[in-house]
Amino acid sequence: MVAYLIRRLINAVVTLLVVTLVTFGVFFLVPKATGSDPALLYIGKQADPVAVEGIRTKLGLNDPIIVQYWKFLKGIVAGRDYANGPDITHCSAPCLGYTFKTNQEVWPILIHALPVTVSLAIGAAIIWVLMGVIFGVISALRRGSIWDRSVMTIALAGVSLPIYFTGLLALTIFVYGLEWLPNADYTPFFDNPVKWFTGLLMPWVTLAFLFAATYARLTRANMLETLGEDYIRTARAKGLKERTVIGKHGLRSGLTPLVTVFGLDLGALLGGAILTEAVFNLRGLGYWALNGIRTNDLPTILGVTLFAAFFIVIMNLIVDLLYGVIDPRVRLG
Amino acid sequence: MSKERPYLEVKDLTIRFETDDGIVQAVSGSSFTLEKGQTLGIVGESGSGKSVTSLGVLGLHRTRSNAKVTGEIWLDDEELITATDEKVRLLRGGKMAMIFQDPLSAMHPYFTVGSQIVEAYRVHHPGVNKKVARERAIDMLARVGIPQPERRFHDYAHQFSGGMRQRAMIAMALVNDPQLLIADEPTTALDVTVQAQILDLIRDLQEEFGSAVIMITHDLGVVAELADEVLVMYGGKIIEKGPALDVFQQPQHPYTWGLLGSMPRLDRDVRDRLTPVKGTPPSLINLPDGCAFHPRCPYAGRNGNRSFTDVPLLRDAGLGGPHLVACHLPPEERTKIFQQEVLPNL
Amino acid sequence: MSENLLEVSGLEKHFPITKGLFRRQVGAVRAVDGIDLQVRSGETLGLVGESGCGKSTTGRLFTRILEPTAGKIVFDGKDISHKSFSQMRPLRRDVQMIFQDPYSSLNPRHTVGSIIAAPLQIQSIPTPQGLKKAVQELLELVGLNPEHYNRYPHEFSGGQRQRIGIARALALRPKMIVADEPVSALDVSIQAQVVNLLDDLQREFDLTYVFIAHDLSVVRHISDRVAVMYLGKVVEIAERDELYKNPRHPYTVALMSAVPVPDPARRDRAQRERVLLTGDVPSPINPPSGCRFRTRCWKAQDICATEEPPLVTRLEDPESHQTACHFPIVEDEQVVGRRPASTPA
Repeated sequence: MVAYLIRRLINAVVTLLVVTLVTFGVFFLVPKATGSDPALLYIGKQADPVAVEGIRTKLGLNDPIIVQYWKFLKGIVAGRDYANGPDITHCSAPCLGYTFKTNQEVWPILIHALPVTVSLAIGAAIIWVLMGVIFGVISALRRGSIWDRSVMTIALAGVSLPIYFTGLLALTIFVYGLEWLPNADYTPFFDNPVKWFTGLLMPWVTLAFLFAATYARLTRANMLETLGEDYIRTARAKGLKERTVIGKHGLRSGLTPLVTVFGLDLGALLGGAILTEAVFNLRGLGYWALNGIRTNDLPTILGVTLFAAFFIVIMNLIVDLLYGVIDPRVRLG
Repeated sequence: MSKERPYLEVKDLTIRFETDDGIVQAVSGSSFTLEKGQTLGIVGESGSGKSVTSLGVLGLHRTRSNAKVTGEIWLDDEELITATDEKVRLLRGGKMAMIFQDPLSAMHPYFTVGSQIVEAYRVHHPGVNKKVARERAIDMLARVGIPQPERRFHDYAHQFSGGMRQRAMIAMALVNDPQLLIADEPTTALDVTVQAQILDLIRDLQEEFGSAVIMITHDLGVVAELADEVLVMYGGKIIEKGPALDVFQQPQHPYTWGLLGSMPRLDRDVRDRLTPVKGTPPSLINLPDGCAFHPRCPYAGRNGNRSFTDVPLLRDAGLGGPHLVACHLPPEERTKIFQQEVLPNL
Repeated sequence: MSENLLEVSGLEKHFPITKGLFRRQVGAVRAVDGIDLQVRSGETLGLVGESGCGKSTTGRLFTRILEPTAGKIVFDGKDISHKSFSQMRPLRRDVQMIFQDPYSSLNPRHTVGSIIAAPLQIQSIPTPQGLKKAVQELLELVGLNPEHYNRYPHEFSGGQRQRIGIARALALRPKMIVADEPVSALDVSIQAQVVNLLDDLQREFDLTYVFIAHDLSVVRHISDRVAVMYLGKVVEIAERDELYKNPRHPYTVALMSAVPVPDPARRDRAQRERVLLTGDVPSPINPPSGCRFRTRCWKAQDICATEEPPLVTRLEDPESHQTACHFPIVEDEQVVGRRPASTPA
């Protein structure tokens, strides 16, 4: 088990390294190939060549790409100094560089945006898992019934409708039409939990709707498969109550495959729910990602990408370890 | 009246499933009885209805909304088909228990073998605390010949060998001292030396507990080893029924002849060729008219073509014993065919 | 005596087991651990044994689906032990395999016609009357309706699917067919049909069979010679009738006595004479020293733990009958049926 854990950890670190390499490559080589100069993006188009060269030296853009990458990695781990002669700017670890437009450190911006995204993702995740599993299980148990057919139809709609449609629809109905809910807004949990909750409710439900639909379909399929297993028949043959058969023997294995999907979905969402955050104007990682793309701000995009990759890799690791806990065949095999 | 009822009496049991492809006539009008201490062997190929019959006795079709079960099942003077779900549930795993074919898939992969036995015990002994139930489970594991039962208690099914797993399954089935034990192909997934051990174990346990055993198998050898009485099923119907010795020595139905002719046997000289049944078993959705076996029967035309139109009833084979057969051939002709055409090829 | 089509000597196949951070090899599953066998041209050699004895691995080594860890495989005079995949291709015409599971060994998305035609196309075999005609002839040969060439495997029953597998194997007119448990997934009445079909085809095409099965009765019916395997080794081999009449190895005896006899009249005798082996087959990762069967053998003595018995012919046996045992069963020996101890070791 320990060897397994270490192997998985090494695996995760290597994956992250590869991600940094690829993203770094894409973001710093592509501008070169297309002829746009990162230094110019920083300083503005009308800058005089001396200033541009100064920036270039300071950012290390004249170094070989390997050296640049190394410095970038070092910046994340240990911090780095941007120096052009006596002009030294220290960027403490973890350093993701400075935004082109506002010349702010990227890391604090993202860290500041993180709670918004985390609140959004976790809240929505709780809703979609509960809804998805409950509806999926009931559908599986009443397969072919009116309930099953309706739920699956709604689920199909949920999977198919894009979030900017359902989100705007929800806004129009519940905020502007019925005025049941305040407009979506982020209030830190510790400032005012009630406002935190009401402000995020709509984005949660909208986001959860999409995922709950997928999860309901997935749960139904998994449960149907599990309920056909021999050990479910054995459980019934032992005289267990149907509630125990489904609730203990069925759910335990029927929901296991969901763990994988859930880990990946949550990991991806923690990297920024771009559409949802845009629709509800929440300033999470997705907002900054979009902002970065709009303004051609490479350090921000790179930062968000690394965040997203980090979460996906971490969630993947957690899923793998959880499997060891859930399934003794993985643990002991 | 009730005093004279056998321990298990199945009367005119019919089980059908409504599916998208049509109605599956899984079991049609099966009747049989079984006393404590006796073993009934049910033989047939896949799709013959032998497993469905046993699941029907256990009431396991109740959870399937598309299943329709009619007839009567009397267990120890209680009728089970009209009984409430709760009543049947309490009998299941209590008075009647079942062993399945593949113990690896029949045990939950995520729970330890011990905890699954404990669960089976406690559901029928609600007042018993965990410790007592645990001791009982370890006791049962020891009883079925699993070494180091205290340690094995904590293992999962996949950590057992095939034979030990089937022993554990038997321990789980026997934990509540069932009076009726149904074994559905209990040795099919096992190696032959392990099969011998398991059959031996079932025989010993039956002697010890005096329970009634239904042994469902496709293997005529296994039936011959254990059964007092034999049912041969084909296309959802019982086509031959009688004391094991009679059925094996004077089989009456052409299908039974075919089964015996299909088997190479170690106790006979090697035959040049096997004499199998031609064709394939029928679809239970679309059973042939008349005798379900007639498309595969070499003698179907011999009795005024009744085989093609009339369903033969299970009746006295005319041997002066409790031997029954569902065949249109007259007894004398059947005996003649068996003696002259079938027996020399067995 | 006819010549040998296939000869193997010192054949071994070990599957490595890795452990720990660096996946270093900590041991090996010794699935096949040193066997010498000859398959004579035109005969059927039965390989029998329980699960884990290495019979399937042996079959896969014979057809070179697996590469041996050690030892030599000579087919038709050519050493094929370590031939590469592409070097093997021309030889695949001569050696074909039939598998146990007719459900998983046929691609469900291909029509039966294309499944059977595939080997012909891969080997670029000329088909004078066209591929379709060739396939239809093969279908007819194995007793299937030639009109069904464009149906899919799921439209056939288990027995018919096994016939499709046989037709595919026959397409290239091989010299040898290795059949790995070809009938064990089938119903009794269908089993017999397929066994008869294999018999007929052997006669018609002069085929050599290696028939791998756990069912001793079927093996006896179809084989000319039978080899009994236990934990990666051949423990006894003989002409069929000789082996079944005079089994020498205690394991062979136990195996045969365990087969249930379909005759209730002999029930008591069968049970009395039965040798009940205790316990399970030991792990092939760490097989017992000396004779591998000694842990379950009622005749085992000290020498069995220290010295591995060679596979040799005993004085009173015909030359083709070889046994690997220090204390083989002698003529008229009373084999005492052992009841299992309450807790098998």
